[in-house]
Amino acid sequence: MTHSQETTRELVILSLYPRDMNIYGDRGNVLALSRRARAQGFTPVVVDLNPGDALPEHIDIVIGGGGQDSGQARVAADLAGRREQFHQLAEAGAPMLLVCGLYQLFGHRFITSTDETLEGIGVLDVETRGGSERMIGNIVLESADFGEVIGYENHSGNTTLGEGSTPFGRVLQGAGNNPTSGAEGARSHNVIGTYLHGSLLPKNPAVSDFLIAQAAKARYGSFEPVAGIDETTERARASAKRRPR
Amino acid sequence: MRDVISAAVGKTVRQVARLRGGGSALPGLVVEKIDPGFLGRVLGRLPYGVVAVSGTNGKTTTTKMVVEMLEARGLRVFTNKTGSNFSRGVVAAAIQECSLSGRIDADVAVIELDEAHAMYFINRVPPRFTLLLNVLRDQLDRFGEIDTTARYLQRIADATTGGLVVNREDRLVARIGEITRERAGGPQVRDFGLAPDLLATFPSDDDFHADAAAAPSPEPADAVPADVTLTKLGDHKATFVIDGEDHHTSLKLEGLYNTFNAAAALSTVRMILAAGPQAGQSIANQPTADSAAIVEALSQVRPAFGRGEQLVLDDQPLELVLVKNPAGFRLGLASFEAAGVATMIAINDQYADGRDMSWLWDVDFSTLATDGVNLISGTRAWDMALRLEHDDVAVGHVEEDLGAALTAFRERTMGQPRRIYCTYTAMLELRRALALVTDVEDIW
Repeated sequence: MTHSQETTRELVILSLYPRDMNIYGDRGNVLALSRRARAQGFTPVVVDLNPGDALPEHIDIVIGGGGQDSGQARVAADLAGRREQFHQLAEAGAPMLLVCGLYQLFGHRFITSTDETLEGIGVLDVETRGGSERMIGNIVLESADFGEVIGYENHSGNTTLGEGSTPFGRVLQGAGNNPTSGAEGARSHNVIGTYLHGSLLPKNPAVSDFLIAQAAKARYGSFEPVAGIDETTERARASAKRRPR
Repeated sequence: MRDVISAAVGKTVRQVARLRGGGSALPGLVVEKIDPGFLGRVLGRLPYGVVAVSGTNGKTTTTKMVVEMLEARGLRVFTNKTGSNFSRGVVAAAIQECSLSGRIDADVAVIELDEAHAMYFINRVPPRFTLLLNVLRDQLDRFGEIDTTARYLQRIADATTGGLVVNREDRLVARIGEITRERAGGPQVRDFGLAPDLLATFPSDDDFHADAAAAPSPEPADAVPADVTLTKLGDHKATFVIDGEDHHTSLKLEGLYNTFNAAAALSTVRMILAAGPQAGQSIANQPTADSAAIVEALSQVRPAFGRGEQLVLDDQPLELVLVKNPAGFRLGLASFEAAGVATMIAINDQYADGRDMSWLWDVDFSTLATDGVNLISGTRAWDMALRLEHDDVAVGHVEEDLGAALTAFRERTMGQPRRIYCTYTAMLELRRALALVTDVEDIW
């Protein structure tokens, strides 16, 4: 591969519903993914998808966050019409990171605490029920693929996994999917759903690298990491880990 | 008789608590237990009744504005000055100020109400007037979602008997105004607002969540006319339109958001003074709602502690800017020129700050890129450093310990004006440290 090809290797990042599903610093994940892609030698191209927008022709990575109840209903309606497209993408191995509200909507359904049902698109084999207890606080996970994952959770949804999904991580400190399972998040194909919002990717470059690697392999045939973890990231991880819940 | 007993018990507990160096809310707790109706009776009999100020941002400074404008017009005001805006803090303040017969020597009570704790208060004391400022993302990990906060504010509005003042430019708060207007027998409703060309200066959270290229939500053609409109902003200057007339004024307050909240305070004070004392009550020398006099009083209001507070350190100005959420931090960055000023940022994640640091990712720090940030401190200093790295802002030094950081910041920036952006508990700690080396005003 020549040098000029290397500097122009683009990755198209589809940012899902930044207008409605962008609370708790979800914008930080898009920022961090772009920056990490650049550090790994790619040119990130972020494409926003808001309700009613056409999907871009080519998508390398999909990323989305959480929102208010009102925004979530609007997004559920828009997602319903794109169900097949996202299933095809997921089955083709496209890497995706869905946080909080979109994690729930990429599952089968979200049943609110008042028994209303928001239908999801079922890319992840999970179901969520609104609970009375809010699970809030600094959280630490352990996962085989990403090592120690450090973040912050804030949700009242209780998510349970079906057989088609495996957890994103095992909870070392915090609540995770629900108060009893000890698991956090869900994966199937290269899709990750999680309640760790906001600064998940800035503090966990291993997760960014996973998304970038899958995308790079699919589009360019290989991924050779060139960026390590810098001191600032290490220190931010360490201080977050020792803070109280 | 009941008032006398409660007042006496409260005062005794207060003395004991003070001797033991205890918290200011304990007497409130005790009196609430023995006499839950105490607060309602004591405040309810004030001639002008109770004024509640709520919303997610700017309560303390806005309450201070309302209080000082009313005082300048000759009213005697009871307020919860210590910033203890939970109900028990209010009870404790009432105990402190009341006579042994359980009477407060005041014409009106102006109370800062924390939105999540307001229910407890309004169940005991229905406000006669309420000012609702905004619903911005703030401490969501404590209070749940924005929609929940809006419901709390709605309930304060529902409990209000005389008059409600709402922010026309905040979608959720304006909606509460509309609902209240439509309700038969509800309080009178007034709006404060912005001239259309200032809307872009005060982005709402809705605008904020949209990408930068998206236009702010369009102004509806049938916008409610505001009682007080902020039409011009300058350096410590503002123009407010009241009754179709321009009022130009200088301001001692710092920051764009305080200038907008001044419109809220003006409208509230106008409403209180126009209404006069409650039925069957009167006071000597009842003041009129003279707009020019109220605006003049506004020009004299100084910032509440830590809200754009100006100190002098080593013969140079030092500014403390409280930041606790993305909208506030963003407005803080927009309000103060970064050039020529040494900057420090102190981010704590104690309970009172909110533990969740994700919000730092919703602030655009690129305006700091030219001069960089000299020093970062606080329990989450490294989160802040990581955030700045993503906006390509150079950082001089990171020191988690606030005391050591302040010393280092002084040494590194001798001879320069300084500014410190800080979260709530970081600000309290910095003020204590600063009080040892320079004049720091007692907490308002």
